[in-house]
Amino acid sequence: MTLQDTNTAAARAPHIGQAHRRQTARRHLAGRGRFVSDIVLPRMLHAAFVRSPMARGRIVEIDTRDAEQSPGVVRVFTARDLNPSCKPWTGTLDHFASMVSAPQNILAEEEVLWAGHPVAMVLARTRAEAEDACELVMLDIEEGEACVDGHAALSGDAPRAAPGLDSNLCFQTVLETMAVDAAFAGAAHVVEGDFTFGRHTAVTLEPRSVVADFDAASEQLTVHHGTQTPYQFQDIYARHFGLSESRVRVIAPDVGGSFGMKLHLYNEEMAAVAASLKLGRPVKFVADRLESFVSDIHARDHKVSARMALDAEGTILAMEVDDMTQIGAFSTYPRTSVAEGNQVVRLMGAPYRMPDYRGRLSVVFQNKVQTSQYRAVGHPIACAVTEALVDKAAARLGVDPFEIRARNVVPDDAYPFVSATGYSFEKLSHEACLAKLRDLMDYDALRAEQAALRERGIYRGIGIAPFVEITNPGAAFYGVGGARISAQDGAVVRLTPSGEVQCAISVTEQGQGTETIISQIVADQLGVAPEQVKVTTGDTDTTPSGGATWACRGAGIGGETALRAGRKLQGQILALAGQILQSDPADLALADGHVVDAQSGTRRMPLAEIGRIATYRPDTLPEAADNSLTAAEHFAPSGYPFDFTNGIQASLVEVDVETGIVRLLKHWVVEDCGRIINPLLVDEQIRGGVVQGLGPALFEECLYDETGQMTNASLADYLVPMACEMPDIVIGHVETPTNDTILGAKGVGEAGTAAAGVAALNAVNDALSPFKAEIRQTPMTPLRILAALGHV
Amino acid sequence: MTMDIELTVNGEHVRESVEPRMSLADFLRERLQLTGTHLGCEMGACGACLVLLGGKPVHACLVLAVQAAGETVETIEGLSESGAIADLQAAFHDRNALQCGFCTTGMMVNAHALLGDNPAPERAEIRDALSGNYCRCTGYEAIVDAIDATARKRASDVEAPA
Repeated sequence: MTLQDTNTAAARAPHIGQAHRRQTARRHLAGRGRFVSDIVLPRMLHAAFVRSPMARGRIVEIDTRDAEQSPGVVRVFTARDLNPSCKPWTGTLDHFASMVSAPQNILAEEEVLWAGHPVAMVLARTRAEAEDACELVMLDIEEGEACVDGHAALSGDAPRAAPGLDSNLCFQTVLETMAVDAAFAGAAHVVEGDFTFGRHTAVTLEPRSVVADFDAASEQLTVHHGTQTPYQFQDIYARHFGLSESRVRVIAPDVGGSFGMKLHLYNEEMAAVAASLKLGRPVKFVADRLESFVSDIHARDHKVSARMALDAEGTILAMEVDDMTQIGAFSTYPRTSVAEGNQVVRLMGAPYRMPDYRGRLSVVFQNKVQTSQYRAVGHPIACAVTEALVDKAAARLGVDPFEIRARNVVPDDAYPFVSATGYSFEKLSHEACLAKLRDLMDYDALRAEQAALRERGIYRGIGIAPFVEITNPGAAFYGVGGARISAQDGAVVRLTPSGEVQCAISVTEQGQGTETIISQIVADQLGVAPEQVKVTTGDTDTTPSGGATWACRGAGIGGETALRAGRKLQGQILALAGQILQSDPADLALADGHVVDAQSGTRRMPLAEIGRIATYRPDTLPEAADNSLTAAEHFAPSGYPFDFTNGIQASLVEVDVETGIVRLLKHWVVEDCGRIINPLLVDEQIRGGVVQGLGPALFEECLYDETGQMTNASLADYLVPMACEMPDIVIGHVETPTNDTILGAKGVGEAGTAAAGVAALNAVNDALSPFKAEIRQTPMTPLRILAALGHV
Repeated sequence: MTMDIELTVNGEHVRESVEPRMSLADFLRERLQLTGTHLGCEMGACGACLVLLGGKPVHACLVLAVQAAGETVETIEGLSESGAIADLQAAFHDRNALQCGFCTTGMMVNAHALLGDNPAPERAEIRDALSGNYCRCTGYEAIVDAIDATARKRASDVEAPA
């Protein structure tokens, strides 16, 4: 490295911003991943569950005698055996004022509340034997009337979805500005629509998996748990089973997909822990795909009525929105099932200067699988309603979709800005993103091509959708409501005796590349290569406590934590080097694995020599020298409650108006996640997110019949997007770092999911526009498109 | 009741006694600890459990272990250790064509079989061939790119021998 290079910014941070590959990926490519579903421990038992076959009923009798005699069976547990060992959990938080939910426990006690509700647990030497015995458990349930539809559940004489509820309303809130009625009264144009967003679910390729291992001799509970949030579960297991926190270790090894689904508490994981505590043996539960569909949280399930007021020039004046969302028989624990709807009503109209707003949210119980936070919580719904109405307004006014958005987005020079719903935006870049997208997709050429093809009876559509994403949440999300969910993260960085670096950090890895970006950030603070930084995650015994990975906080908060810890260690190393070299530490720097002269870049001594002296020859150091070479740092975001990001997406589709089949031809995203730490990983987060937005827009839906039975609960029936159906996705970037942190990074994992669905919805409606047809329900199945066209 | 079976797995001769109902996937994972074969649906939809049986990709969850008696099975571990997919692995790594890694092993087995049958597939053909392999993380494009890059590299290596 030349003298000149050393003094450039790139040389000081040579790895942040670079497309480093993930070293951990090589294990997976060789078939050497280690997932919870792979773990086998001595004397381990396998669990299987007897589940309620009906959505609502009263348990008359459970006869387990035949099951207990079945080959390989060790024990059969019912609520009477397991529930007393566990303090019940209730999915409410104080900051959602007056929300209610019934307490829950491990196995159904007197009533079953959804089809799939676990009633009995069989433990056997193999999973096959446990399943055999489940068939022999005689279950007598008196069927009751289930609440299936949310609107019906709200009527006064509807049966209650769970015992002890006064009504089926879990939570209601209204947000409004002073002048919303006046805005509608004075509007030149009002556009409106009723929207239905179906239920869907995560379908992580690795189903939920847990191995609970209680050693009575040492009073140590170790839980190998496929989760995003090991610390949250350490706290839950300790508190609900009355254990000492220090004797509860949660290890999340490789996790085969999570997407928000694996951070909620589930009956089966609690049952595995309870059974292991009782038997003193390891207990393994791996959901099979059929039970995943009836026990993993589902997502969305909203019915929204909305209208938008505009003046004669197409300026958005106000929105009024009523969202009814249906969450199952309980609110989930510990994050509730209210956060989704809460974000729906707060993100409406987020990209726009819209001064007035009224949003009403009703969260309703019913007898189905619980819904809760899943990737891009609330965003796709708010974005879809807003952008579908903006497109309607554009059509009403005869204005191009780009033009109406250009007239209404918050200008790039108008920040900081507070939205009508009360969100504070530090700095966003809608105008830059709009302009970049238009160039990237060659919009005018696409419109010309669309017009030419329409002449030939080929119906293509173009849809665009700006979005705002919530990232880097502080304690405002959960902590203020009383949840024991950390908003801070911690890192310990140390220099080894050989001069290499280890970083143990509380943010976790599910394949998004957390460990890689942390190694890049730490490497730049210590003048080493990322390959020389070994990053440890996912173990409550070996990493500092923290919030982990959810709500787009891994890079922004975890990255900042790593940066600060790295700088602290840098200071320690330079102080020690100063003593060894008899130099002022301010004149020294770290580069290329060496302590160097800060000005000239001349190498003074290798890091390995620092490690050697501090470890093996501390006797040669001055008396008060700090030879720990270990730095801990904990960081919690301050300043803005959230670091919002923004971007815009576009979809090009072709609709076969005879069959109703939509073909996704291409997709574009321009995204601004602040400082980009690794462009390779950022782009793949966006692409994966887009496909998780397109799936529920076109294919994915948990279908229920009128009795509350899920009718497509298998991977043969539930449609996951396939490679042949998905488009290539072109990505562009704008970079507006946050000033809340040194690193300047914001989140990116949910951006793709936020707006992909409505980009496709707007594109389909654009394609259908010659027929005056419109679709306002997702997924946009061929049948629904044919219905919109009046063909069926 | 159990049945004795003999087969060759990743070049090693194996003799085991199994229940007739045991799937090949459970046999590989539980008996031979070949945990690179993953189970995502156990009904032949997701592709995470693909292995080569007699050189052809099959869903190990839909084949019984007893059906593999006398056959040759290759799993991701065997393909990896023999070097047969080294270039595919490198291309997936370079392109970040995997995230959580759970679908990846089935994806590699399928990609290996595809390039054996069709050394120069179009992108649309790659997408079609992968449609029995679900991936929830990547959105597929990087996987298509990595397979495409491997096919091109193999073609150019043949054209310009060292």
